[in-house]
Amino acid sequence: MSALGTRIGAATAEGRSALIAYLPVGYPDVDASIAAMVAAVEGGADVVEIGVPYSDPGMDGPVIQQAVDVAVRAGVGMRDVLRAVEAVAAAGAVPVVMSYWNPIERYGVDRFADDLAAAGGAGAITPDLIPDEAGPWLAATERLGLDRVFLVAPSSTDARLTSTTAACRGFVYAASTMGVTGTRSTVSDAAEKLVARTRAVAPDLAVCVGLGVSDADQAAEVAGFADGVIVGSAYVRAMLDGRGADGVRALSGELAEGVRRQAGA
Amino acid sequence: MTTSAVHPPEQRLEPARPSWPDETGHFGVFGGRFVPEALVAALDELTEAYRAMRADPAFQEEFARLQRDYTGRPSPITEVARFAEHCGGARVLLKREDLNHTGSHKINNVLGQALLTKRIGKSRVIAETGAGQHGVATATAAALMGLSCTVYMGEEDTRRQALNVARMRLLGAEVIPVTTGSRTLKDAINEAFRDWVTNVETTNYVFGTVAGPHPFPEMVRDFQRVIGDEARAQLLEREGRLPDAVLACVGGGSNAIGVFTAFVPDDGVRLVGLEAGGDGVDTGRHAATITGGSPGVLHGARSYLLQDDNGQTIESHSISAGLDYPGVGPEHSHLHDIGRAEYRAVTDAEAMEAFALLCRTEGIIPAIESAHALAGAMRLGQELGPDTLLLVNLSGRGDKDVETASRWFGLGDREEVDPGPGLDTDQQPTEGAVTQGDAVAGQDAGETA
Repeated sequence: MSALGTRIGAATAEGRSALIAYLPVGYPDVDASIAAMVAAVEGGADVVEIGVPYSDPGMDGPVIQQAVDVAVRAGVGMRDVLRAVEAVAAAGAVPVVMSYWNPIERYGVDRFADDLAAAGGAGAITPDLIPDEAGPWLAATERLGLDRVFLVAPSSTDARLTSTTAACRGFVYAASTMGVTGTRSTVSDAAEKLVARTRAVAPDLAVCVGLGVSDADQAAEVAGFADGVIVGSAYVRAMLDGRGADGVRALSGELAEGVRRQAGA
Repeated sequence: MTTSAVHPPEQRLEPARPSWPDETGHFGVFGGRFVPEALVAALDELTEAYRAMRADPAFQEEFARLQRDYTGRPSPITEVARFAEHCGGARVLLKREDLNHTGSHKINNVLGQALLTKRIGKSRVIAETGAGQHGVATATAAALMGLSCTVYMGEEDTRRQALNVARMRLLGAEVIPVTTGSRTLKDAINEAFRDWVTNVETTNYVFGTVAGPHPFPEMVRDFQRVIGDEARAQLLEREGRLPDAVLACVGGGSNAIGVFTAFVPDDGVRLVGLEAGGDGVDTGRHAATITGGSPGVLHGARSYLLQDDNGQTIESHSISAGLDYPGVGPEHSHLHDIGRAEYRAVTDAEAMEAFALLCRTEGIIPAIESAHALAGAMRLGQELGPDTLLLVNLSGRGDKDVETASRWFGLGDREEVDPGPGLDTDQQPTEGAVTQGDAVAGQDAGETA
């Protein structure tokens, strides 16, 4: 039973998309980042992507880089991440860890999976791990029934869409555009095409769209064709601007309205 | 492998290929692809195009022509008898990659990758550079082949290497200072990958060393192996025998892989990689990735790297900017783990002693990167004793390092320079010199990107 799949399925049953909020652990410090995640849940996020700080975040744009750089310098590690997982679960949302691969490998793949499951985490999103290299992670998540979310991109061939979605559990992360994380003024046409191509090869897997969604109107647009809307940089921007937990809660409220607009319209 | 070659072989990529990597780029447990899915299609395209090109006689001919007429290959072998007096009686032969156009081995790789860029129909190349040599080489190849070129360089390095920034711009390249993270080479690589994932339809990433995701470690090795292929044949011709040891500096590891590859099947030949020991491996201020690091994933591949308990990359330190990289190519990690090659650390002070010695005994100013290999030869010669034959890859020339060396030795304001042959075995920076860690230093003539 996939925790992510269940929660996203419940949103679908309500005739809306799920709202997935990304925030990194440790910006501006561990406690404040956890408070922000809880606030994101209070504002209406269904799932929180809990970011593991990493020194070389090759898929992230300047906003997220700036925040995680602070966390890395402060020595934030997996224990802090697990504490955030517990807090998000207690707040009533589904916690999923978002981590580049090396921090997980360094912590130990099996140890990470065990500790994540014990903390109530649903699983992990691994942006620089493709299923081809994921043997130990596939085995560990299989053993514990954890979700594993891999990415697909507009450049993915149909063959790769097929093999990658087959390896996913919970949902598949559709990168809406070729590029790095960051807010954009428009949602690329590529996103809708990618979702359609992905659904064609994996009709039973939820498809959530990330990269570039930052406000309620964009969330509503993406909710028109995706099972879940992933928002990252806009949340981090709120923290960088010093709007704190209140700002994050307010943003979640707007985005939660956006992902429901489709249903009411 | 046996060979009866008595002349330097023409540039060939096919013969005597090592049994690694496998089809998906693994060298034992190392290598592979740890990249965002968005890059997989581009890496697959590159792999297929490269394999087709490698098998294409027309490409082989064009590549060989460029190597000969543009780079100036084959590079000669020079015996350095006066230098060898400080190497325990061993004989020392240098493979002169410093005499290549642009001043280092980097040109070997960029010409191959630039031809590949044209073959796959892309019009723009990007590159990372530590302090300039790979950036200059890429800008050179781009100028030669009419490609637009963008080079990412850590902001710190653009300041310290202003002359190289100007060189690249003269050659028509755009140089972008990178202000993220530690503002060094590893961040320049991150930024180049971000550019690539965004512009992959028009852009090819010309990677500078044998690291990164598959196919880069294999492809860059194949373009650099000409160094060892030539040297092996040259030694057989002039000495009638193989060397006892082959030595090269290792940052990312491209010049070392280049000279090692031909000798890997020759069990009697020791392969010795010299890593940058900075202030000393036990001080924590070094770039000796295999000597002082542990296996992990960085920049798209599994290999040894310098990392902390949280898996965060640790910043490296070396007087040689070209060796100042916290990762290393996966094939070196494999060669280390199977015991085929050995890796040793050379401190800044040891490298600078060897640097001075080669200048004063042979009239050759080496790149500071390459001076690490020379220092390794001084030590290994003492261990192996008289009449052994050491082949050292002189990966680059040191014109770029003159300012760093002047500061290190405090030469700038002096009327006279001690003409002695650098016998001072404990040479320290004189007053007024920069500290060892204050790497104003060289370009990456040695190694990494």
